[in-house]
Amino acid sequence: MGASNKPVLWLPFAAGGMLAALALPALVAVVLLDSLGRLPGGGLDYARVSAWIGNPWIAIALFAFVSLVLWHAAHRLRMTLQDLGVRRPGARRVAARLCYLGAGLFTFVLGYQLI
Amino acid sequence: MKTQSFQPQLPTFWWLQRGNYRRYMLRELTSLPIAVYAVWLILALLRLGQGAEAWAAFRASLATPAAIGLQLIVLVFAVVHSVSWFALAPRTMPIYIGTRRVADAWIAAAHYLAWAVLSVLIFLAIGV
Repeated sequence: MGASNKPVLWLPFAAGGMLAALALPALVAVVLLDSLGRLPGGGLDYARVSAWIGNPWIAIALFAFVSLVLWHAAHRLRMTLQDLGVRRPGARRVAARLCYLGAGLFTFVLGYQLI
Repeated sequence: MKTQSFQPQLPTFWWLQRGNYRRYMLRELTSLPIAVYAVWLILALLRLGQGAEAWAAFRASLATPAAIGLQLIVLVFAVVHSVSWFALAPRTMPIYIGTRRVADAWIAAAHYLAWAVLSVLIFLAIGV
């Protein structure tokens, strides 16, 4: 049997899925409340947000969170595309490359921006 | 050598045929809005890096009706993801104490508790 690439794909998939499940609804809700002008306190204004991002620990945590969530979604989206009819081997390969290269590209942009 | 392979034929909308197929597809399709939101967060950080004016413009773009509608959709799908993820957790991560398997309800309850605590912490840290 050949070596499987599956554990390499699954570990970040599971980690990203767990992080998204635990933290994403609250994050989306806070940003949405800010967009509606309903956030008590200072809101997400430039001084506050850039001070958070300037903290290296927050930057590293944010990098890990966003990149793992993105990887999770890219992997699941690739599998869902197969379920929705992208089944021929060539088309499956294209879908996989689009999902993983897209996630990789945005992870690079994220890392470049944060670190 | 040309090999003949079996090509299974599935109707395009097979996933609408049964309730549990529909729930499965709803769970799997949470990936699309979550991917969109992750990319949105990365774009937000790019705008933040461009300075106060760019950030203010980005924040104003989030307050448009279209962006608020999109954020609501993402929020609904994010909650669907959380609930379906915690529903699967007892099966993907069974826990044994000695030889006894911890009841599914306890594992799910632990996840819901962690979800609640973390959500409150996130709100207190960046919301207030």
